[in-house]
Amino acid sequence: MFNRDNITINKNKLITRRMFVLSAAKIIVLTGIIGRLFSLQISENKKYLFLSEKNRLKEWNLPPKRGIFKDYFGNIIADNDQVFQLHVVPEEVEDFNYLMVRLKNMIKIENKQLRRIYKKKKGQLPWQTLIISENLSWEEFSKLNLFLHELSGAKPVLSVVRQYPQAENFTHVLGYVAEANLQDINNYSFIRENYVPGLHVGKTGLEKTLEKELIGFSGIQRYEVNAHGKKINQINRVEGTQGKNFRITVDQEVQNYVQKLLIGKSGSISVMDIYTGDIIAMGSSPSFDPNQFIHGIDSKEWNKINKDPMKPLINKSVSSLYSPGSTLKPLVALSALENHVIAPRFVHKCEGDMELHGHKYHCWKKKGHGYMDLRDAIVQSCDIYFYEVARILGVDRLSITAKKYGLGEKVLGGYFFEEKSGVIPSTKWKLKEIGRGWLLGETLLTGIGQGYIQCTPLELCLATAQLANGGFKIRPRIIDDGTVLYEDIKSGIENYLKKFELGLTKKEEVKKADEELAQLLLPTEDFIKTEPAKLEPLFRNPQNIKFVNEAMYAVSNEYRGTAYTSRNTEKKYQYAGKTGTSQIKRVTEEQRELDLEIHDIPYKDRDHALFVAFAPYKNPRYAISVLIEHGGSGGKVAAPLAKKVIKMVIDRHNLREKFRKERRTDI
Amino acid sequence: MITRNTFSEKKTFLEKIKSIDYILAAVILLIGIISCFSMYSTDGGQFKYHTNSHILKFSLFFILFIIFSFIQIRFWHTLAYLFYLLVLGMLVYVLWFGVTAQGSQRWIDLYFINLQPSELMKIAIIVCFAKFYHRVQTQDLYKLKNILYPIILLVLPIYLVISQPDLGTSILIAASGLAVIWLAGIRIRYFVYSVLTFLVCAPFVISFLKTYQKIRILTFFNPDRDPLGAGYQILQSKIAVGSGGLLGKGYLKGTQGYLEYLPEKHTDFIFTLFSEEFGFLGSSILLMLYFVMLFRIIRIGQQSKSYFAKFYCFGFSSALFIYIVVNMSMVLGLLPIVGSPLPIMSYGGSALLSTMIGFSIVMSCKIYSKETIS
Repeated sequence: MFNRDNITINKNKLITRRMFVLSAAKIIVLTGIIGRLFSLQISENKKYLFLSEKNRLKEWNLPPKRGIFKDYFGNIIADNDQVFQLHVVPEEVEDFNYLMVRLKNMIKIENKQLRRIYKKKKGQLPWQTLIISENLSWEEFSKLNLFLHELSGAKPVLSVVRQYPQAENFTHVLGYVAEANLQDINNYSFIRENYVPGLHVGKTGLEKTLEKELIGFSGIQRYEVNAHGKKINQINRVEGTQGKNFRITVDQEVQNYVQKLLIGKSGSISVMDIYTGDIIAMGSSPSFDPNQFIHGIDSKEWNKINKDPMKPLINKSVSSLYSPGSTLKPLVALSALENHVIAPRFVHKCEGDMELHGHKYHCWKKKGHGYMDLRDAIVQSCDIYFYEVARILGVDRLSITAKKYGLGEKVLGGYFFEEKSGVIPSTKWKLKEIGRGWLLGETLLTGIGQGYIQCTPLELCLATAQLANGGFKIRPRIIDDGTVLYEDIKSGIENYLKKFELGLTKKEEVKKADEELAQLLLPTEDFIKTEPAKLEPLFRNPQNIKFVNEAMYAVSNEYRGTAYTSRNTEKKYQYAGKTGTSQIKRVTEEQRELDLEIHDIPYKDRDHALFVAFAPYKNPRYAISVLIEHGGSGGKVAAPLAKKVIKMVIDRHNLREKFRKERRTDI
Repeated sequence: MITRNTFSEKKTFLEKIKSIDYILAAVILLIGIISCFSMYSTDGGQFKYHTNSHILKFSLFFILFIIFSFIQIRFWHTLAYLFYLLVLGMLVYVLWFGVTAQGSQRWIDLYFINLQPSELMKIAIIVCFAKFYHRVQTQDLYKLKNILYPIILLVLPIYLVISQPDLGTSILIAASGLAVIWLAGIRIRYFVYSVLTFLVCAPFVISFLKTYQKIRILTFFNPDRDPLGAGYQILQSKIAVGSGGLLGKGYLKGTQGYLEYLPEKHTDFIFTLFSEEFGFLGSSILLMLYFVMLFRIIRIGQQSKSYFAKFYCFGFSSALFIYIVVNMSMVLGLLPIVGSPLPIMSYGGSALLSTMIGFSIVMSCKIYSKETIS
């Protein structure tokens, strides 16, 4: 029993001892846990608080609001519209097919659209937003929001998109916007920084060039989100800023009218202020509705636009090159007079054709014009006479004059990515570009605006404007920045001409002009455009300009003039012009004998019809160039259009002046 | 001699009520109330399924605990093996007919409750071992049968639970059993031998583990390895606790919790949620409550006359301690995530039931502390 008690005591002791050891261990471990808590919650609190906030809050960019475009009179021509869109991030969707079926039952999605969505999904990464619908109705939008909890991954969003109230009429002035692609995002930091899924950016025209200022800044929406990325509630919202608004020099009414005139034709009409260089209208046909690109254009529509032989995507005013044809003749005449190679009374006989080195060169009039002086040759557009003038003048001197007047150089270079510069050939040019020596026959062709020489309709308009204002350089512009004032230029020109008459500036100006000519002859010819801080005369003798302008007046107001049938007898609308018919194809002897009517020739082979003019003849203010592709005769097709446009522009002149003066006092 | 050894205490009902350990009962009730509030927070401040269910279960089981406390300790002693066998039987039953959820087969469908026998085993193993070592004399400890039986008694349920698979619970069962064995007086060097043997066998054991369990263990050693998988849970838990600071983010304001960054916030990660909302101060207070609870149980053990009661109380206290430590270390990123609930706090009927039964046995030890069992 003692033994047993002893054992009992031993067992008790053993248990108690071990219990103590265990308890001590427990205290140590609990202290350890408290220590861990302390290190996490007190020592590293800041770090974890930051991580917790980072978990909690997510930011979303709000779509930036694009700056709007207004026309000269303040009418909105490119606006912003709020739309409801449906975005889906494929990564967040459990069953994409199921979601699409659900959505198809709720909103209008056509099968064609569905196929496009699937195709697009394949082509992008799973976390990139897929835009299911660009433009939901309010009913659809609210319905989606109601069932949103069942549609994980679908996000109805409020977005801002471009809207063009004038549809296709301003397409070639403003360009158009479409969804930003990867290239846009990679190339431009301002697009990258303001990017939101479905953002539209400029693809052509002013929309593209001015993108940086137009885009604005995207706002931020900060949400509390849960672990699954679901927005729980909005914490705050920072509104973005709208991009810069622009006022362009184009008159909406004139532009609409010009586009209307061009319907069914392929061509361009440009109108320019001859003093300020303001583009009043710049129509190009055919055009397309840029609103189509905003809500996603389907491939059928796109193909229709893209494959149209009349090329609606090309801005014909600035991006298409044409032989100027006879519209070059005033410049050829001016060049000849300025270089003293002929006098206005120089007479040459036109017999309908001539021969040079075994080649036959024809006048447009088969019978020939007979004896012509310079004025007659311009009025009747005699080719033989100008072959002779060109032969004496030489292509290099002609090219200098042509370049001086703005041919071969981008007119609105800074504003249109897609603008092309014309080709003004010279002996050096040919050697460099083609690698062969210049031929005399080519000089003859250049003299009537055929052969290598090519320019854009806007360049022709600019050249005409610079002739009309008395031969002074202007800087064309399409954005009205209010820096150039008509009064300054006009009075400057008058003063200059007065001084010139008095012989005050003659010597030094002639010297300067000669220097410039020498400069232009430099082989690279990449002279830098300087700001036209002061007047820059483009002539040696203003009488030469006067002579050419008077001859152009006769073209549209004298009986033998090539544009006589399109004359406007009312003095207010009288204009001076020059017709042009530029050949597309070399005419063979047999065809020449047949003397086909225009509708007998296949469309592709018909001549381009051109007409340049300035108006009113007395105190001119506007220059115009008209080009109708494959239109036939310039006098019959292009001049009547110019007449109509001129009438409208002059009718609106007072309104424009009034508006300008009022605005000036505003500033 | 025999009469002395089988002394039976006669107490009136009033005396019995008086001898209840009120501090322990109060602490249990307090933690229970805290757990109900935490559950309300996990439901986003609404009376939803988990809150309602937890409140109901806690109330029910607390009453059950008070009632069971009056069961004579002798009764537990008598039925200890039977209890163990019953739970073991249930484990076997689960192996074939259990309800499967989240990839493991752990539950018996009792229509009103899904019972998880592995949770009951945590208590049963302690009761069983307490009875076993109650009878074994100190000098007989190293007899072959006294070594062999406990090993078999321990390995059987562990094997059954691991094959469910439920690594967390099986570890806790093993820990509870080993605690009692150690208390019984087995020398520490035998544990060292066992550990060494285990380490040698470890690669062999690991090959039996499920892939997700392997990943969890690997992730513990390098949480950055897989930030959105298992490591994500540890990281989010640490963020929640750490961002709580000294005083916490405030009740119902734990962003990690209500924004659903916390995994399993009702069960394993309930302490994380509590800690985020009440901070270092609140967490320390909760820990203190657990501390008080553990030491009250030890005290009851010390005051008990019978070895059975002593073994049971010490064993249960140690087991509870292990559950608490494992759970907290896990959510604080000190141990791999093995899936172990925090006693009373975590949602889960079976765990709560088994804990409360455990407490009622402790309370019965207290009420019948003078009783000796032959």
